[in-house]
Amino acid sequence: MSSPYLEVKNLRVHFPTDDGVVKSVDDLSFSVERGKTLGIVGESGSGKSVTSLSVMGLHKRGSAKISGEILLDGQDLVTMDPDAVRRLRGKRMAMIFQDPLSAMHPYYTVGNQIVEAYRVHNDVSKSAARAHAIDMLARVGIPNPKSRVDDYPHQFSGGMRQRAMIAMALSCDPDLLIADEPTTALDVTVQAQILDLILDLQGEFNSAVVIITHDLGVVAELADDIMVMYAGRAVEHSSAEAIFNNPQHPYTWGLLGSMPRLDRERSERLQPIPGSPPSLINVPDGCPFNPRCAYDKLNGDLSTTRRPEFRDIGGGHSIACHLPAEERARIWETEIRPKL
Amino acid sequence: MTEAPTTPEQPAAADRDDLLVADGLQMHFPIRRGLLRRKVGAVQAVDGLSFAVKRGETLSLVGESGCGKTTTGRLLTRLLEPTAGTVTLDGRDITHLSVSQMRPLRRDIQMIFQDPYSSLNPRHTVGTIVGAPWKLQGVDPPGGVKKAVQELLELVGLNPEHYNRYPHEFSGGQRQRIGIARTLALRPKVIVADEPVSALDVSVQAQVVNLMEDLQDEFDLTYVMIAHDLSVVRHVSDRVAVMYLGKIMEIADRTALYERPTHPYTVALLSAVPIPDTNRKNKRERIRLQGDVPSPVNPPSGCRFRTRCWKAEEICAAEEPPLVAVGPGHQTACHFPENKDEVTTNPTGTA
Repeated sequence: MSSPYLEVKNLRVHFPTDDGVVKSVDDLSFSVERGKTLGIVGESGSGKSVTSLSVMGLHKRGSAKISGEILLDGQDLVTMDPDAVRRLRGKRMAMIFQDPLSAMHPYYTVGNQIVEAYRVHNDVSKSAARAHAIDMLARVGIPNPKSRVDDYPHQFSGGMRQRAMIAMALSCDPDLLIADEPTTALDVTVQAQILDLILDLQGEFNSAVVIITHDLGVVAELADDIMVMYAGRAVEHSSAEAIFNNPQHPYTWGLLGSMPRLDRERSERLQPIPGSPPSLINVPDGCPFNPRCAYDKLNGDLSTTRRPEFRDIGGGHSIACHLPAEERARIWETEIRPKL
Repeated sequence: MTEAPTTPEQPAAADRDDLLVADGLQMHFPIRRGLLRRKVGAVQAVDGLSFAVKRGETLSLVGESGCGKTTTGRLLTRLLEPTAGTVTLDGRDITHLSVSQMRPLRRDIQMIFQDPYSSLNPRHTVGTIVGAPWKLQGVDPPGGVKKAVQELLELVGLNPEHYNRYPHEFSGGQRQRIGIARTLALRPKVIVADEPVSALDVSVQAQVVNLMEDLQDEFDLTYVMIAHDLSVVRHVSDRVAVMYLGKIMEIADRTALYERPTHPYTVALLSAVPIPDTNRKNKRERIRLQGDVPSPVNPPSGCRFRTRCWKAEEICAAEEPPLVAVGPGHQTACHFPENKDEVTTNPTGTA
């Protein structure tokens, strides 16, 4: 299948509040094919989670103003009836949440929660669904699944809970899996197990996967394509190789420069991005990154007056930046790459 | 401020350079059950730690959650009283000092907390928060509290005009700077920082890491850093101690630990960290530990790591491996260490 399974076009998610409109997602477009993994990277408040919740149809229609198109296998979810979206959830698309303790119901056993989701979509007996739940728990590597299926979420460790959530999300073989910071709360050794598991299961079901994280290491290991978000917009989108070997946006440079490296000793200090992310109520005019950008002066007043267009610069690599190509190449080669 | 360095009549400090020494440190939290609240067991959070923090260095404690690193930090700062072992600060045994005996010493040892949201009182202004150490110690800073607080705020990169603001008006990174300003008020010798940057976004994390490094240079600070992010630890530390279930598995200089890890647990930990470099994606040897950390109520016999170790043999269950030197300043607690030949044949390799 070469046409994208999920296609998001000009998505805007705005929340009207007493203080003004929070523009959490502003004109965002991306797509994912089956069997591929898209990594969405950005700091808190960049709109990553809001995007995934709107794809899943989990925003309250009253409080969030959603416009644009979210096409799941060609069907637009934005205009679809909420009940119809609910029927798609679970079977066509599923989500792994960051915090499994608050995403699971503390009063029901882990098994019951998997059974419930499975029986919504499959007309099977309770005992068959239970057998399926045990099978799913075994597949995600829960030891002794036959007795563990009757445990409550609090009886599981953090890593096991996350596995149970994955089992729940995958119980109906979803075509699209969205993982929102699936390993942020976990220790590295458990994180490695979970990431392997997501990759294995993707291979098995040929799902389209969207993985949302702030950890560039995680996307380097998992993603085919990476989209970097800032203040509710995409600032750079390309293959994972290009993001790490030839990044073109100053914000991506900033993220790479901020990160200490495990695999080598840095003689240089870290190169942090000055300041902090903007309020989504008062997003700066022009390029939203301009107050923190070291190179915005190179564009004259363009950075503060005109919003840079998100455009393809060749080879499936898109960025939203006013800097001319030769400037970007020079800065990357002479100023950024040597310090990483 | 007690300016005197290690006094000769204090035999506890073997080395003048050792500012903070833990010897056989143990913390067993009792588990009580039943009507008589009888002790039925103990959570062996920290079980026999010995290490020394040298003046001016950064020693990091790393390990998975539940390994006892936070408890160790609280023992070192005497927020907890250990059940056995000793803590020596600048040649003075502080293991069993009372709260009031400990108070004057708190000028020398301060703590930065993990969560910049819950570690600042929301009803106090920044001025009150940062000035509190002077008030508690009954010290009048030169030029008055307000001026001193404003100097500190400037030092950590905050606007001194924000003296009268409340914590909720600041972002996470700014709050962490407020916490750092507070620890600096009394010009401590040692700062124990418990996950100081783990709650922050990467770009802000780098700002705080750089700030802590600058302050260390400026005030000659000694840091004990408690962290789980091995990349950050590599960047900030001089030496690193890897903990597992309340014990030190390996302790070494930064370069030695990251380039030539000897304990299987260290090797596994390092191999599990995802590296932001697609060129190395398939070239790294990965070791995937199975399962979770066992409960510290009933830790495994012998070597505590043996239940998840791929090298474990019978001796590992029978005998606990002691922490022994495998190179200069490099100690490991394992019956079958990795990279042993490299370490012994290349003893000058450590920085």
